[in-house]
Parts: sequence; structure tokens; C-alpha cells
Amino acid sequence: MTAHSNVSAGPMKGVPARAARAPGHLDRQIEAFALPLGALAVGLALFALFLMMVGKSPAEFYGLVFKAGFGTAFSWENTLARTSPLLLAALCVAIPARLGLVVIGGEGAIVLGGVAAGAFGMHMTGLGSTLGIVGMAVSAMCVGGVWIGMVGALRYKRGVNETISSLLLAYIAIALMNHLVEGPLRDPASLNKPSTAPLEAAYRIGTIPGWDIHWGLVVGILACIFSFVLIERTTWGFSARIVGGNIRAAQIQGLPVGWLMAGFCALAGGFAGLAGMLEVSAVHGSANGSLAGGYGFTGILIAFLARHNMLAIIPVAVLLAGFEASSGLIQRRMDLPDATILVLQGIVFISILISETFTGRLSFSSLMRKQSHG
Amino acid sequence: MGEGDLGLWAVLVAMIGGAIRVSTPFIFVSLGECLTERSGRINLGLEGTLVFGAMSGYAVAYETNSAWIGVLAAALAGTVFGLFHGWVCKLPRVNDIAIGIALMLLGMGLAFFFGKPYIQPVAPDLPAIPLGFWSSSPQVEAALRVNVLFVVGIALAFLIAWLFRSTRIGLVIRVVGDSSDAARAMGISVDRVRLLATAAGGALAGIGGAYLSLYYPGSWNEGISSGQGLMAVALVIFARWNPVNCIWAALLFGAAGALGPALQSIGISKGYYLSYAAPYVLTLILLIATSSTTRAVRGAPGELSITK
Repeated sequence: MTAHSNVSAGPMKGVPARAARAPGHLDRQIEAFALPLGALAVGLALFALFLMMVGKSPAEFYGLVFKAGFGTAFSWENTLARTSPLLLAALCVAIPARLGLVVIGGEGAIVLGGVAAGAFGMHMTGLGSTLGIVGMAVSAMCVGGVWIGMVGALRYKRGVNETISSLLLAYIAIALMNHLVEGPLRDPASLNKPSTAPLEAAYRIGTIPGWDIHWGLVVGILACIFSFVLIERTTWGFSARIVGGNIRAAQIQGLPVGWLMAGFCALAGGFAGLAGMLEVSAVHGSANGSLAGGYGFTGILIAFLARHNMLAIIPVAVLLAGFEASSGLIQRRMDLPDATILVLQGIVFISILISETFTGRLSFSSLMRKQSHG
Repeated sequence: MGEGDLGLWAVLVAMIGGAIRVSTPFIFVSLGECLTERSGRINLGLEGTLVFGAMSGYAVAYETNSAWIGVLAAALAGTVFGLFHGWVCKLPRVNDIAIGIALMLLGMGLAFFFGKPYIQPVAPDLPAIPLGFWSSSPQVEAALRVNVLFVVGIALAFLIAWLFRSTRIGLVIRVVGDSSDAARAMGISVDRVRLLATAAGGALAGIGGAYLSLYYPGSWNEGISSGQGLMAVALVIFARWNPVNCIWAALLFGAAGALGPALQSIGISKGYYLSYAAPYVLTLILLIATSSTTRAVRGAPGELSITK
């Protein structure tokens, strides 16, 4: 066991080719799982420390999260019912991220998608269930797509920083929603909580037979699989990843960088808009202020935890939905404020970002070799 | 100006007063961001620092019954956030923009967590200077009741401008921000300068937050900041990284933010909710107008990731 055997497994001078290549590849594979999982564990441990500092029991906290989020069939239903908007919100971050764009304003597209769906349901009545729901989904996706598509286009055309512009657009979207729901689109019957008119029964999305979970979960998972295939297995996705890897190279190759940026951002915004539509059609029954529920922001964390891998988003979203599902029980039982989950999310987020610094610096295969040799 | 018949004048006076009131946190946060960005790093987490500063300032002011100790506490809390940002960003492969987003969420989460018990109690306010004493019009008097922190902010802007222009510290910050290679060649520790610049920026953002909770709107609640910390980043770009320009930019943003309440004060409530969007729309338009793909933004620090 020499001192330098566990320093680095990268291709180094003087190291035999076989030893340099194969373990390096394996390391990257292991690293892709081990780093985020390790960061998640460290984040949860730091949060346990935080709980101890404020005089609460971490064991009770995680016990309650497990019980309320994943313990019983009922809690699984509760968790999975909250997963669908998180999946779509995370896609709104992960897809642009593959083009090197940090878009964090998905909340705006969710909110406007919901309003568009509510407005469609209000004005285009009597179309029947299929046409009505498809119409709402399409209008929500169009509005959300234009909203985030603008962010990509502005980035390409004018060099406007996409992080700031998307968040500004989210604030604008929320003001626009309040204006529309309080004014032109307000149902006069909604006194306490200004809303659009309730959707007719045919426009409501029902639950999956045998479960208390609406179809949004299936839509969300299909959207993740679709995005995975699009990004990882098609020419368009390949072009997008080139843009993300090296924009100059993409331009020199003659790729339509502007169209790719605007198009993939629009797709991302379309998914976020769809999340808003599902909230309106399956949960609230009309568009109102509840649409700005922070899904867009949890989606940022999910996308980063999943390292912008469209399939990894699914388990991560389920995990975070479980935390959110247990929020109510934790508030009641442990007398903690609702912001507890926000603190947890913030700590895990920072932990995952710091873990990036270990990329390529850990050598798992040499570690294992070391152990197998004694 | 006829008696009682104010009309448009009232809107204008209310907007000037509103601009002064609303702009103060913008001045502090943008000066903080300006300082950080001139050292070559961007801190998007100032929104979280602002909210945490508002909470900690309010809580400490309530517990000690002194608004100024509250401001000090907010500045300290901001410094801690800044130090953390500065420390994390010096690690290799860590993205300063992403860390900023994470700190924004964490700062808000911590503020809401610890701030729950302070939503009801009333903390002492920061004092105001009645600069409108000469006027007989109550509107003008109300508009010119200027908070001490506004004056401090303006003085600070000139101080920082002088710091950048004619002191050694300012030169060091500028060199680090324009070329880290040149700075290293001069034997300057780039990471340490950025750490301190980010910490100072955090302290200023914390003070901006304390102004929100201790003067205007003057109470602590979870909706206290509506993106001021983030808009400050755009504001600094618009101000071309010049501290004195930050004052004018902040006043402009303040006026946009005061538009809705000013219109409502004369009975125009149509589009009231839409008027909330005015500062964001203004920010976005300015951002579009000042950004460019073909050339670096004039006055931009060379090391800044946001304009590269």
C-alpha cells in the first residue's frame, strides 16, 4: 500500500494505460451516485445538528418524516400526490441547465400556466372532457413556454443573464396573476380568496383508479422520460449538450445556438406551465394565489440534487415530496414552524453544491482495490 | 398649486417621498453588491441576507429596545452570510451563482424559522429627520421625512467611490476584480480580498434588511422583501459598477416601487396589482438595454462571471 495509490485515478503520466482508463471510467460512474448521495447524507446530518442546537430531537424529526412521508400506504399516496408539480418544476431547471443556463424562475411559468388553464376553462365551456383538458394543457404549456422561452431568447439575442431575468419574470408573473385573478378573470362569487370561476366537472382531472393520486404523477414521470430520451438519445439533445459544454464550439460547428436555447427553454417552461395547469385542474379547481406555492423553488433544489439528470429527478422529487408531505405533522407534533423544511432544503442545497468541489478528486476504485488487497 | 387640489402634484410628491423611502434598502444592497462585484465575484444570495437581516434586526431591536443595536445585529448577520459565501466560493469547481441561489433559499428559510415569534411584537423604529419642516403642505412634509439611514447610505456611496478611486484598498479590490492573474503577480491574495469584499457586501445588505423591518414598511413579516436583493444585482449592472450611480439607480427603482401606492393615494386603484410589477419590468428593460452579446459591458470588472 503506497502513499500515492489513492491520490487520483485520472489519466496520469507514468501510469499504465489500462489502469488509468478503466478505473477512471468506473470512478466517474460511482462518483455520479456517491457524491450526491454523500452530500445528501451530510446535509441531513448538518440539519440534525441544527435541530439539536434549537433543542429539538433529530430522531423524532426523521422518524416523523418517515412516518408521514413513507411509512404507510396512506402516506405514500400523500407523498406521490405532491410529486407531480415537483417533477415538472425540476425539469424547468434541469433542461436549460444542460445548455449551461441557470434558469430559476420556473415559479412564474407555473403561476401563469395555471391562470391560462383557469381562463381557458372559464371561457371555453362545454367542450367535453378530452378536448377541455387538452385545451387547458395546451394553453398552459404555450404560456409557460413563451415565458421561459423569452429567457433563453434574451440570453442569446442580448446576452441578458438568464438567472436574473427568469427570477424577475417570476415576480412579474405573480403580479400579473394577482391582477388577473383580482380583476378581469375574477369570479364574483369568490369573496375570501379571489379565484377564477370553478372549472366544470368535465374539466377536472381525476385520480388513478385504486389510488388517491391524480393523473399528474403519470404526466410528470412521462415528461421526465421524454426529456431523458430527448436530451440523451436524440440529435437535438446532443446539440443542446454541446451548447452546454462549449458554446463557442457549438457556434463553430454551425449549430443553431439561439434556436436551441430558446427552444429548450420554451420546452422547460411548457412543462412548468403544465404543472400549473395540473394544480388547477386536479387540485384547486380554479386558478388563485395558491399557485405561487413555492414548487418552482423546490424544483431548483431537486434539479441540482439530481445533477440535471432527467431520470434521477424522479426519485429525488419523491424524496422531497415526502419531506413536504410530513411538514404538517412536524409542525403539530414538534411545535416547529413551517419554514423548517425550507431550512432543511437550504442546508442540503449548499451541501450538494460544495460536494461539486470533490468531483474527480475522489478515487473509489483505488479505495476498493486497496481494501481487497488487504 | 391650489389648496386641497393636488391631483398630479400629489402623485409626484408621493412618488418622490416614496422613492426616498423605498430606495434606501436598494442603496445599501446595491452598494454591497457593487463592492463584491468589483472584487470579481457575484453574490446572488443577498436576497436571503436582506431577509435574514430584516428578521435579526427586528428581533434584536425588540429584545434590546434599541433600533440601532438591531441595525448592528443585522450587519453582523450579513457579515456571517458574506463570509460563508466568500469561503465556499473559493473552493474549486463551486459556482458562485448557484451558491448564491442556495444561500438565498437558506437565508429566507432561517429568517422565517427564527422570525416566527417576532411577527406580532412591535420593535422600536429607526428615527427620521423631518427635512420638510419648511413646508405647510402635509404631503410635502410627509414626503421629506427622511430616515437617517438614507443619509448614511448616500454618504457611504461617496465614501466607497472615493475608496475605489484614491485608496490602496480600492486599488487592490479593483485589480483583483479585473485580473486575478495580475493580482497574484502583485502578491495579493485574491481569495482573501474577495472573502472580505463579500463579507462587507453582506453587512451592507443586512443593514438594508434592517431598514425594511425597522423603518419602512416597519414590521417583520415573511413577505417583507420582494426581490430587492436580487434587483440590486441588476441595478449594479445598470449603474456600471459605480457607487455614486447606484444612488440614482436606487432612487429610480424606488420611484417605480412607489408608483402603485402613490396612484392609490389619489384614488386610482385600477391596475393596482399590476403596478406591483413596475419595478421588475423596469429592471428587466434596463437589463435588456444595458446587456450585450458582442462586447463586455462598459465598466464591468473583468473577472465577473455574469458578464463574460
